[in-house]
Amino acid sequence: MKIIDATTLAALVLAVLFSTGPSKADEEKFITLASTTSTRDSGLFDFILPMFTQRTGTQVRVVAVGTGQAIRLARGGDADVLLVHHRKSEDAFVADGEGIRRYDVMYNDFVIVGPAADPAAIKGLHDAVSAMSKIATVKATFLSRGDDSGTNKKELSLWQMAGTNVTGASGTWYRETGSGMGATLNASAASGGYTLADRGTWLAFMNKVDLVIMVEGDPRILNPYGVIAVNPAKHPNVKVELAQQFIDWLVSKEGQDAIAAFRINGQQLFMPNAQ
Amino acid sequence: MNDFSSAFTAALSLLASGDADLAEIIALSLQVSLGAVFIATCIGMPLGAATALYKFPGRRTVVVILNALMGLPPVVVGLIVYLLLSRMGPFGVLGLLFTPTAMVFAQVILIVPIIAALSRQIVEDLWREYDEQLRSLGAGPLRCMATLLWDGRFSLLTAVLAGFGRASAEVGAVMIVGGNIDHVTRVMTTSIALEVSKGNLAMALGLGMVLIVLSLAINGSAFLLKESGLRKHA
Repeated sequence: MKIIDATTLAALVLAVLFSTGPSKADEEKFITLASTTSTRDSGLFDFILPMFTQRTGTQVRVVAVGTGQAIRLARGGDADVLLVHHRKSEDAFVADGEGIRRYDVMYNDFVIVGPAADPAAIKGLHDAVSAMSKIATVKATFLSRGDDSGTNKKELSLWQMAGTNVTGASGTWYRETGSGMGATLNASAASGGYTLADRGTWLAFMNKVDLVIMVEGDPRILNPYGVIAVNPAKHPNVKVELAQQFIDWLVSKEGQDAIAAFRINGQQLFMPNAQ
Repeated sequence: MNDFSSAFTAALSLLASGDADLAEIIALSLQVSLGAVFIATCIGMPLGAATALYKFPGRRTVVVILNALMGLPPVVVGLIVYLLLSRMGPFGVLGLLFTPTAMVFAQVILIVPIIAALSRQIVEDLWREYDEQLRSLGAGPLRCMATLLWDGRFSLLTAVLAGFGRASAEVGAVMIVGGNIDHVTRVMTTSIALEVSKGNLAMALGLGMVLIVLSLAINGSAFLLKESGLRKHA
């Protein structure tokens, strides 16, 4: 009696589990793209991915997380393609044999944003590093992503160049939100702090309150994106043909034109730069 | 307070426009959460009733563990399921990560303890009432369990609703195992988190209102069901 109960229960569980299973997935061609919150939150993917799908019939499923987490996803074999923005980690990913080859796709830049009151008096500076020093000197609130994302890595390298030890200041004027760009901008807006943001997310962000751009135009805060297909030699489940098809499209004239055509309020967010 | 009025407008216009994306998101939310509740009920109720009726060594420990697991953090459950279903994990070959199935699986783990612990309490209380009566009829433990579960069905509905509340409201687990992929694994709670991260607070709050209305509708129908059932048996 007990045994019958257990087996019927198990059958029932399996039936229901698989009835909600990836039935759609079996019929459609799709790839999983591990990417960053900046590319999704800015609206770029909503703009260009339908064009790719229309051209090729391949769906792109975007998992948008920080660059660090996106790379870990790909290292686990849970994504087919990686589109991120931290050159060092990208090169390491390829060098370790996890990825096949890195392609330039596009770039935009980072901006330092802050409250209009500007307690550190950095507005209009073109030197990002000295702006960061000034923020540290007056101990003005700075919101860090603190999530190992490409933006976070860039911000930490700026602090390093400025000679500021932010680890010791964490929890005082230096605050790590441990979350995405949008959430960190929300925190900046709410607490009147400075933060480093990629221009794409900044332009698309709707809750700016009194935040304005303080520093821009320093070549050290350029933000290049690279795309890499995950290596099937390491992860046999990877859909390498479809992944390559996606990369080929991104770096083609059509893909590059699509990226260039994406605008918010007439402003271009990403500059295509495929070789 | 501008945010609240624009959220209200956003919620109303979302509902009025019959937005296809919203319908898809609501449908998936219901599919995942109701699916999880169904499975968790099938597992949790017999488990709870058995813990109430069978005397076995370590029974008290099981009761305490079940009660404690009601507070399982969704993010931790999400992480565990993620590690199990990742390509590098033991069930990686199934390719279930970032699918609705993975989300159902995580939510089942979250709510089985809730339904089991609450069912145990309800059945135990009923047992005290009917103990002698059932024994005098010569009913075995399985027979008792079935009778008590049936007799307590209206109270047990509350246990199921508590499970549904948890499933439909949590974001931590479904975000990690589902990945919040548009048209594939995006549900109400992950959409809200996404709109917040876009700084679109009005839309986020609007979606929140839709979710609350949805939850009200489900709880309302459950209440009516219970009322009409009680009347029939009165």
